[in-house]
Amino acid sequence: MSLDKEKIKHVAKLARISVDEAKVDSLTKDLNSIFKFIEQLNELNTDKVEPLTSILNQSLRSRKDQISDGKIREKILKNSPKKNEEFFVVPKVVE
Amino acid sequence: MSNITNQSLSEILESIKSKKISSLELTQAYIKNIENAKKLNAFVTTTFDQALEYAKKFDNKPNNEQLLSGIPLAVKDLFCTENVKTTAGSNILNNFIPSYESTVTKNLWNNGAFLLGKLNCDEFAMGSSNETSFFGNVINPIGDHLVPGGSSGGSSSALAADLTPATIGTDTGGSIRQPASFTGTVGLKPTYGLCSRWGIVAFASSLDQAGPMTKTVNDCSIMLEAMSGFDDKDSTSINKKKETYSKNLKDNIKGLKIGIPKEYRVDNMPKEIDELWEKGKKILKDLGAQLIDISLPHTKYALPTYYIVAPAEASSNLARYDGVRYGYRSQKGKDLIEMYENTRSEGFGDEVKRRILIGTYVLSSGYYDAYYLKAQKVRQLIKKDFDDSFTKVDAILTPSTPSSAFKIGEKTNDPVSMYLNDIFTVPVNLAGLPALSLPAGLDKQGYPLGLQLIGKALDEQKILNIGYAFEKNCGYKNEIKKWWS
Repeated sequence: MSLDKEKIKHVAKLARISVDEAKVDSLTKDLNSIFKFIEQLNELNTDKVEPLTSILNQSLRSRKDQISDGKIREKILKNSPKKNEEFFVVPKVVE
Repeated sequence: MSNITNQSLSEILESIKSKKISSLELTQAYIKNIENAKKLNAFVTTTFDQALEYAKKFDNKPNNEQLLSGIPLAVKDLFCTENVKTTAGSNILNNFIPSYESTVTKNLWNNGAFLLGKLNCDEFAMGSSNETSFFGNVINPIGDHLVPGGSSGGSSSALAADLTPATIGTDTGGSIRQPASFTGTVGLKPTYGLCSRWGIVAFASSLDQAGPMTKTVNDCSIMLEAMSGFDDKDSTSINKKKETYSKNLKDNIKGLKIGIPKEYRVDNMPKEIDELWEKGKKILKDLGAQLIDISLPHTKYALPTYYIVAPAEASSNLARYDGVRYGYRSQKGKDLIEMYENTRSEGFGDEVKRRILIGTYVLSSGYYDAYYLKAQKVRQLIKKDFDDSFTKVDAILTPSTPSSAFKIGEKTNDPVSMYLNDIFTVPVNLAGLPALSLPAGLDKQGYPLGLQLIGKALDEQKILNIGYAFEKNCGYKNEIKKWWS
């Protein structure tokens, strides 16, 4: 299958990336060549194969549901591009 | 001690322990080299003041019982370092200063090493030539027109140019082994789960592994020993007893069975790669190893599988960069959604955006089964190929890359030809196995070429031993003219 410009703009919307109109053509070309490469997998019959979801022979560990740290608000806010004393600040969401 | 910096890590450690050189003198020697090597663009950040301070502290009260006593180290800028800017080679993290230290770097510091600086890399480790970095491409010390490989290109360049005695990189599809091969150095991708991923900027979580890049196999075993180990903070960390790789390093490989997979001979592969492989086989055979022909039939499907799995995981991992909690935020846009879209568009480079779009597409409704699920199934077949082979052999020998270092700009306009560079390294990541790239020879232009040893899961000691024996008998020596200083 091939990806057209509209499809690519839709996927970009899903990924929350604005795409420059001037770059859509070259992006379409690149992505189609990558998908052509990827679609070699269709040569293989995998009907009876179990998908591999973890490479490890161990199951994920569980831990006790308890607080192990805290009181690090300052550290967490330190790198925020916009904040007030206690919160991250974002553009207005509710009118 | 003018030439201390061209020695191996283990030789430098000896000099520190016997007080032939102080940690301060050593650190000053590396700083001088780094300042003279700006043309290589290997560093994003340097931490000279804190390194000098640490070195003085060490000299005043030396503790020589540690694996890396008094050693300054530069690391890939994908490892979060407390209070030191960590960029992942991206504009979106251009101003990010972590308030925590990655487990792997913390392990290095707990073993007596200290930070010299942060090394350039492809943006979010997505690239095979270090040309996708927001901070510009890195140059290979082998020649001023050559890429150093990627994504750990700053690491390979700095190591080969004597700007750090050893270093660490990360390897998602070959990002340690390919740059090691391009610069005539040693690089190890450990078993998935051996080194903690905690505090490493995530790319593809089921494939990412940190590992050492060094001048010798012995150095590699020292670094692996220092950086590895169980970590409660990484849910996929393997809980097992810590191994002493350097102490157990042996060069007797008599009787070991080495698999030679027929599928690693690809179309248009330069004759020199084939000859190098033959040379490697002969060295191991002369040392008493037994060569066994094997087949890994799904090898050709590893790259297409990788280019579904890795972007899918990346699109999910990189969703966190939204301009709200940390990193770059665009000033454009009239509402929250537009702020997100502009932040991510301005913050990410072209290759990263391309991969996020691939990943978002293969996971999107209606396409998941055709792409992502299909890739997971083929990944199972690739793993099974290795499982079957490892019932017959102890390790597998292949070339590390299908070519030597290529020219800067040569592959940037053709993503698929760039991806093909990882054809021999990617299968190992999909199967979670350890693999070691060793410098093995030069091509006719005089550029380094590497061979790869693949081991069973958690069998690092064995491939290190084979590599150690190989190194002693190969006679490879990196002779780099310091044209940049």
